Amino acid sequence: MSSPPPASAAAVFWLSLQREWLLAARRPGQLLQPLAFFVVVTLLFPLGYSPELAKLRLIAPGVLWVSALLASMLALEALFREDAQDGTLEQFALSGQPLTWLLLAKTIGHWSLTGLPLTMITPLVGAMLGVPMAAMPGILAALLLGTITLSLVGAVGAALTLGVRRGGVLLSLLTLPLAVPVIVFGARATELAMAGESLMGPLYLLAALATLGITLAPLAAAAAVRIGLE
Amino acid sequence: MIDLQVENLNVFKGERHLLKNVSLSVARGQCLQIQGPNGAGKTTLLRAIAGLTEVETLQLRWQGQAILPGAAEFQQAFAYLGHDAPLKGDLTAIENLRYWLGMRRKLAASLLTSALEEVGASAFAERPARVLSAGQRRRVALAFLRAAQVPLWLLDEPTTHLDSRGRERVASLLDTHLQEGGLALVVTHQPLGLRASTELLDHRLGEPE
Repeated sequence: MSSPPPASAAAVFWLSLQREWLLAARRPGQLLQPLAFFVVVTLLFPLGYSPELAKLRLIAPGVLWVSALLASMLALEALFREDAQDGTLEQFALSGQPLTWLLLAKTIGHWSLTGLPLTMITPLVGAMLGVPMAAMPGILAALLLGTITLSLVGAVGAALTLGVRRGGVLLSLLTLPLAVPVIVFGARATELAMAGESLMGPLYLLAALATLGITLAPLAAAAAVRIGLE
Repeated sequence: MIDLQVENLNVFKGERHLLKNVSLSVARGQCLQIQGPNGAGKTTLLRAIAGLTEVETLQLRWQGQAILPGAAEFQQAFAYLGHDAPLKGDLTAIENLRYWLGMRRKLAASLLTSALEEVGASAFAERPARVLSAGQRRRVALAFLRAAQVPLWLLDEPTTHLDSRGRERVASLLDTHLQEGGLALVVTHQPLGLRASTELLDHRLGEPE
C-alpha cells in the first residue's frame, strides 16, 4: 500500500486562502471589528484635537499609520489562537507540506481580510482628516505594502504568544517595536504624497521591508509554532 | 516484513524520564495495540513517532530506510488522530474534511462522500461541526483516516465517545486497512475487537514512577 500523490504547493496555498475566506464569510463580525476600530480611532482626532482641516492635515500621516497599526494588532491576536486550540496547527505540522509555506498562506489570507479592506477604506477616513484626493493613490500603495509587513511581523508575534494565556498585551509589546520602520517610512510616504512630491524613496523602502517580511517572517513563525505544539 | 521500526526512544518530560529505551516494530498487515496505565506515556509515544514531541533519542526506520521523525516523505505515509478531531466549528463536516485532506493529497469530491458514508457520517455531513456531538466528530475523523489512504495509522484512543456500532466501525475500518497491507499503532484501554484473521500485537508501557 503506497501513499496517494501529495497536493502541489500551489494547490495547498490556494486551498488555505479559500478556507480563510470561507471562515470569514461565516462570521463577518470578526472581519468588521478591526475596520470599525480603524474608523473610530481616526474619527477621535478631529474631536479631540481640532476640527480645522488645515491643522488635521498636519497630523494626518501619523494618525493614519498608527491607527492602521493598532487595528492590525487587534486583528492579529486571533490569527493562530483558534487553530492551536482545535488542532489545526498540529495537522498543519503533520501534513507533509512545509509549515513555513502553510503559515505564509494563512498570513496572506488573513491580510487579504484585514490589511486589504483597511487600505480600501482609507480614502474615506483620509477625507475626514483633510487628505487631498490627489494624494490617495500614493497613500494606498504605501498602505498596501505596509499592512502586509505588519501582518507578517504580527504573525511571528502571534506564533510566539501561542502558549501564553491572554497574550494580547505581550503580542503588542513584542511586535510594536518591530513595526517602527513601517510607521516611519509609511508616514513619510504619506507626507510626501500629500505635498505632491515624489514618494518613491520611502515606497521602495516599504517594498524592501515587505520582501524581507515575506521571506523571513514565515520561517520564524513556523519555528515558534513548532515550539508551541510541544 | 518489518515496515515501521522504532528503536531506542527516550523522552524526558521535565525531570521525568517518561519513555525509557522503548523499541517496537510493526509489519504490514499488523496492528500494534499499546496499553498501559494513565500517565505511562502512551500518547507521548505516538506523538514522538509523529514528530510532534521533542525526543532525546529516537531511531526510526520506515520501509527499511532510516528516517527523521519530521521528514515530509514519512509524514505523507501516516495519519495521526489525537484525542479530538481538528474541526472548525463554523465549517460543515465535509468542508472540514476537504481542507484537512486537501493539504495532504489530491482530492476528488466523491472520495469524501464515500468515506463519510462508510463511517456512518453522511447524515450530518452538511451540518456545522460546532453542533456535532463528540461521537459524531470522532466519526468525521474516521472518515479522514479512510480517505487519506496512507499506509500507517497512528491512533490515540480511536473508540472513545463512540457507541457500540461506532466501535464496530472502527474495528472493521482497521480490519480493512490491515488486509489492504496497512499498519496501525493504536493506543487504547479497550479491546479493539478486530477479526481473528488480522494480526494484533500487544505492547505494554511500564508503570509510572
